[in-house]
Amino acid sequence: MARALINMPRTARKGEVIEIRTLIAHTMESGYRSDAEGRVVPADIIRRFTARYDDEVVFSAELFPAIASNPYLAFSTTATASGTLSFTWEGDRGFV
Amino acid sequence: MRRTWLLAGCLALAAAHADETVVDARRSGFEFMTPQTQALQRDDTLNPGMLWVSEGADGWNKSVGADARSCANCHGDAALSMRGVAARYPAFDTAEQRVVDLGARIQRCRVRHQRGSALAAESSELLSLQSYVARQSRGMPIAPDPDPRLAAARDRGRALYVRRIGQLDLSCAECHDDRPGQRLGGSVIPQAHPTGYPIYRLEWQGMGSLQRRLRGCMSGVRAEPYAYGAQELVELELYLTTRAAGLRMEAPAVRP
Repeated sequence: MARALINMPRTARKGEVIEIRTLIAHTMESGYRSDAEGRVVPADIIRRFTARYDDEVVFSAELFPAIASNPYLAFSTTATASGTLSFTWEGDRGFV
Repeated sequence: MRRTWLLAGCLALAAAHADETVVDARRSGFEFMTPQTQALQRDDTLNPGMLWVSEGADGWNKSVGADARSCANCHGDAALSMRGVAARYPAFDTAEQRVVDLGARIQRCRVRHQRGSALAAESSELLSLQSYVARQSRGMPIAPDPDPRLAAARDRGRALYVRRIGQLDLSCAECHDDRPGQRLGGSVIPQAHPTGYPIYRLEWQGMGSLQRRLRGCMSGVRAEPYAYGAQELVELELYLTTRAAGLRMEAPAVRP
């Protein structure tokens, strides 16, 4: 499991819009760079990010090589009831 | 004229006169960045360097070595014990009888006291421990170790700073003392004060130590860079921190 930092308010009132900020450690190798020997460094990026609020997908994103290393994603959602927020990052080489 | 502003800054700290107002012209690299990059550094929820600080916090508590000791076993809460430590380094190490930087000191703790294996230079593990320790000094002024035994090393560091090297025949002083604020290939030249190390450099898309940056500069002027851990790099860092004395630590900083 790669290092991830998630920031969101500790508590929220019902109906309140909350901002969630996520930062994950990942090299996000675009596949367009070459190393010192001139060989292309193969692509290795996060492809998909999904945020679930009690099994319901509230936010998802498809990421492409243009996204820089250690991607930061921030989004808002409405707090409706007490529940669990889960975040999934999926990428190349079976990165989850 | 060119170097007197720097001298004035150092003198101002050495002996501040009540009647005189000497303007300190020294600025952290932070002030040479675009507002967007500054915003990235200011916000801990945005700063990618915080990923390494977070990893360092775990590393601090991780049991290592033959006796399964963690940093916390000896040093307790880093927020208390490590406060001001990074601001004092490079420092004179009595056991090794020479100046060492923070990374080397952490390595020594690992090998001697935790009896574990040394970490690879610039490895994620070492950088995260360095970042975590440096973070505890954030906001504090750089306060170089006043040990008189460092004088010779400091002079050697200064000699390295003003020495022209490489195919391009440039010294550090040529860019960082004489031309800060001007551009080198589109990038703004900062004054080279190590206020925020280890840094998350956008060019690297990752974390790096001051040694990595110094080696980068040396490659930039097409000189053979000193190897990681070379005493020259530590002595140069010693001179740089003396030159930056009084400026606030910003670790973990973001730099372009």
